[in-house]
Amino acid sequence: MDTKVDTSVTERPKLAVRGLNFYYGAFHALKHINLDIPEKKVTAFIGPSGCGKSTLLRTFNRMFELYPEQRAEGEIMIDGENILTSKQDVSLIRAKIGMVFQKPTPFPMSIYDNIAFGVRLFETLPRVEMDERVEWALKKAALWNEVRDKLNQSGSGLSGGQQQRLCIARGIAIKPEVLLLDEPCSALDPISTGKIEELIHELKNDYTVVIVTHNMQQAARCSDYTAYMYLGDLIEFGPTSELFMKPKKKDTEDYITGRFG
Amino acid sequence: MTEKHLSTQFDTELSGISTRVLEMGGLVESQVAQSVYALTNFSSDVAADVLRNEERVNAMEIEIDRDLSTIIARRQPTARDLRLLIAISKTIANLERVGDEAARIARTVQRLINTGVSSRLRLPVNDLAYESELAIAQLRKALDAFARLDTAKAVEVLKQDDQIDQEFDGLMRKLITYMMEDPRTISSSIDLVFVAKAIERVGDHAKNLAEQTIYIVRGTDVRHNSVESIESIAR
Repeated sequence: MDTKVDTSVTERPKLAVRGLNFYYGAFHALKHINLDIPEKKVTAFIGPSGCGKSTLLRTFNRMFELYPEQRAEGEIMIDGENILTSKQDVSLIRAKIGMVFQKPTPFPMSIYDNIAFGVRLFETLPRVEMDERVEWALKKAALWNEVRDKLNQSGSGLSGGQQQRLCIARGIAIKPEVLLLDEPCSALDPISTGKIEELIHELKNDYTVVIVTHNMQQAARCSDYTAYMYLGDLIEFGPTSELFMKPKKKDTEDYITGRFG
Repeated sequence: MTEKHLSTQFDTELSGISTRVLEMGGLVESQVAQSVYALTNFSSDVAADVLRNEERVNAMEIEIDRDLSTIIARRQPTARDLRLLIAISKTIANLERVGDEAARIARTVQRLINTGVSSRLRLPVNDLAYESELAIAQLRKALDAFARLDTAKAVEVLKQDDQIDQEFDGLMRKLITYMMEDPRTISSSIDLVFVAKAIERVGDHAKNLAEQTIYIVRGTDVRHNSVESIESIAR
């Protein structure tokens, strides 16, 4: 399957996936994936449940290593280094490649500390600079105006959409190069979803964004490139406008037109 | 659309709208035939029927357009489904214009009759009837290609458009000859020039319909391309 998928993009790749296999114990969850994630673009992974899209996303910052029975083989190159075999501290990899999860996961601390916590792990900033960084991150995440007067209140007091934007602010506060979003809007209402999508559009000016979504319209709205996955295979990868208007593979067409099942 | 969606309701909506496009196609096809019949038989009644039916054609366009918007808003179609709906939008605009051409012919017939022109005046109306047969056959074939999503048939329509153009050129020469030989026919011959042009336009609209069918099936916009290159795309 992998040999037939054209994964070459004209943009400079930020992440280059080569021959990636992933196993949950004996279960072969990703099958020889080859894919270039273009820099400072939004790439969406779509596909039915269990197709491996979240699994693929989690390999990008070695999130799977939390579970001993899970393993990945192959290459995920970033700046000439293979993430999977890197001797680098995994927390440094995750500082470079941030992640936001499906459910908002604010830390049980103030809004300010939610942002500052991650920054303190990697940098020692004077108070003034830290204040600036927190403000910068909250502004980037389009949350500043809503929380500027209550930075000392708990992050869990915010609405779902605000919490998710707080998590995105936390992710970008440490200035990663890549931002991984795993179903960031699935627990949010349409207004919050709209704000996050607007934010994703803003973020690609500075970051490489990869988003996993069940919502095909969301992929169509906010991504530049889309990968369609099915049963652990990458079926098709290409510019979003082409994939949704004139997909090359019949399987992709059946899925995006709702003829799947 | 052969394979079914998860949502059978969506299938029903798509097949329903396609059926209505074909109904509208059938109606404008008969409008063209009737308008030419009115001409060859100098029938004011048939011309009046055509003008009355023109309102139905317009209403159908608006109705199908409204349903298109509803389907797009509710279903957010993609790929082939989206191409089908975009193509239908263009197709019904073309069909409506075919209806306009038929109405134009019908009005010309009424004017000819009102100014006292009758079958006694020797005019090449039968040649116009032949041109219209070609155009109607093209229209029917284009609608058939749409109904079956048959790109080979769509290409045939594109290839045969030349025949109507040739017939139109021939008619022009003939009408000029009539006008030179008998200046009394000048006024009505000029009317027939416009009728011939209207029929030729019906052929052009049939061609546009055929291009839309290729777009639905192949996903490539083939407008303004040579027939040869379209043929290689459609294959």
